[in-house]
Amino acid sequence: MYTVSNRLKIGSIILMALGIIGIGIGFMSAPSDIAEAKEMVASHGDGHGESHGAEATHAVADGHGEEAGGHAMSEEEHDKHVYHQLSNKPWAALYIAAFFFFMIALGVLAFYAIQRAAQAGWSPLLFRVMEGITSYIVPGGIAVFVILLLSVLHYNHLFVWMDDSVVAKDALLQGKAGYLNPTFFLIRAAIFLAGWIGYREYSRKLSLAQDESDDDSNFKLNFRISAGFLVFYLISESIMSWDWIMSVDPHWFSTLFGWYIFASMFVSGITVIAMVTIYLKSKGLLKDVNDSHIHDLAKFMFGISIFWTYLWFSQFMLIWYANIPEEVTYYITRIEDYNLPFFGMVAMNFLFPVLLLMNSDYKRLNWFVVMAGVVILAGHYMDIFNAIMPATVGDKWFIGIPEIGSILFFAGLFIFWIFRALASAPLQPKRNPFIEESKHFHY
Amino acid sequence: MASKVIQAFYNDDDVLMHAVKKVKAAKHHIEEVYCPFPVHGLDKAMGLEPTRLAITAFMYGCVGITVAVVMMNFIMIEDWPQDIGGKPSFSYIENMPAFVPIMFELTVFFAAHLMVITFYLRSRLWPFKEAENPDVRTTDDHFLMEIEIHDNESELRDLLAGTGAVEINISEKDLH
Repeated sequence: MYTVSNRLKIGSIILMALGIIGIGIGFMSAPSDIAEAKEMVASHGDGHGESHGAEATHAVADGHGEEAGGHAMSEEEHDKHVYHQLSNKPWAALYIAAFFFFMIALGVLAFYAIQRAAQAGWSPLLFRVMEGITSYIVPGGIAVFVILLLSVLHYNHLFVWMDDSVVAKDALLQGKAGYLNPTFFLIRAAIFLAGWIGYREYSRKLSLAQDESDDDSNFKLNFRISAGFLVFYLISESIMSWDWIMSVDPHWFSTLFGWYIFASMFVSGITVIAMVTIYLKSKGLLKDVNDSHIHDLAKFMFGISIFWTYLWFSQFMLIWYANIPEEVTYYITRIEDYNLPFFGMVAMNFLFPVLLLMNSDYKRLNWFVVMAGVVILAGHYMDIFNAIMPATVGDKWFIGIPEIGSILFFAGLFIFWIFRALASAPLQPKRNPFIEESKHFHY
Repeated sequence: MASKVIQAFYNDDDVLMHAVKKVKAAKHHIEEVYCPFPVHGLDKAMGLEPTRLAITAFMYGCVGITVAVVMMNFIMIEDWPQDIGGKPSFSYIENMPAFVPIMFELTVFFAAHLMVITFYLRSRLWPFKEAENPDVRTTDDHFLMEIEIHDNESELRDLLAGTGAVEINISEKDLH
């Protein structure tokens, strides 16, 4: 049995405390009315003022609802627009971090279900690590759901289509209202979360029961529900990505968006499996996990990073080539206002993993895998950042106290929760039929 | 240069693996092992160096991407610029997204094909090449271990007989 070290426990609590302070500062420093927002923008100095003309033009282009009529913004409308962007900022920061850590747990859940459904022989030694990480989908899912609920209750303006006054002026949003309406949105979110959490808890129960049983019936049932879950997951994950991420830009759509977000969550999840495994190994636990297991996880990190890039580029190139106004605005805002995070993310998610993890021997060096993993995780945080921020705060983005505070808070909660779950059961499954194969795994 | 070699036949890959380990432990140099199919871990047991094919693959990939860049630059920018979808091809970098699939494909194409050709050449396989395996049974159901004899014929024979060999032959062979 593994017990959480005090240092780790205190460390995660400190992260959460720092995070709460950061989130609090973020919310307090957000403007409370239009005049204050105007002052904040003005105090940023001349450099910012110069870009104002340009900003008004692409604020029209980014389909932000109020401007959907296509008319140029008056001074007053522009001030109101800036006020909304600035008051969205701490909410967007909170939402991105909440979703990012939730997505790690969900990615691990998909990986786990695939291992179960494939009856993989190499991975059973890592099942308890995966189950520990997926335990976070309960608090993480609730956190995301609460933020979505607060959006529906108009505590923030992350989703413009939730604002009736915006929909009233927008023919496209009226056409989508049968699907994009607050009630149906929450019902879908509740169904998906119930499905994911339900599978996770049931599969975990069967996995623990298999250790104590004297036949393989739990294992076989787990195989069947995992195969069924994957069907549910593929559909629900796709719809979730449209609902929770793509709909912040309600005019824009991409048909491969579900896969794109899936690639992000899959590679982040596998990276965290590798990092937690390496951490536990460094504590002298998981003795049977050998270099080949780490090597295989690193191969997945390498491969899925390239898969992510393939989807990122496929989405970009088709829209770039077709050059249809309502589609290209998505990339124009990102390339003009988010140049560094947008292209920096491609370097972190593609160039770094490809160069660092290409060599076969490097995939077996634990510190090397951890280093590459840190870059991959930061890169995929930036991916979600680039997906949410442009539509919610426009060019008022910055990675400052609210963003870092939100990351720290959810990182602390994530670490606290998954290690607590890891400590609640033996780290090595006893009666998994493939456990011997997994112990002798070498490539 | 002709020399004498001893050839031991096995009819099971597990027995072969144990035999290889035993011969290596007795500090004999194994000239070659002929198998009807690849035996997992045999290269490590024989103490062969890891392949350098991966390095050549990387270099061929670099050649491929360079060929793609130079080729597309000549075809689409220099030789015959066109205006496709409102994107006049005046500069390579501005039209680069359209060339990425070609760059990718040629990288893969060069790496894959040249690597296969390199593998054949390195294994001394070319058209009309005469088979090197000393016994036709190694293409069916027998494994053959070949060790060069340096005035230690009886010692080797005893050693190999103890490893489960089903047949042991001595033959003259041209070594490359």
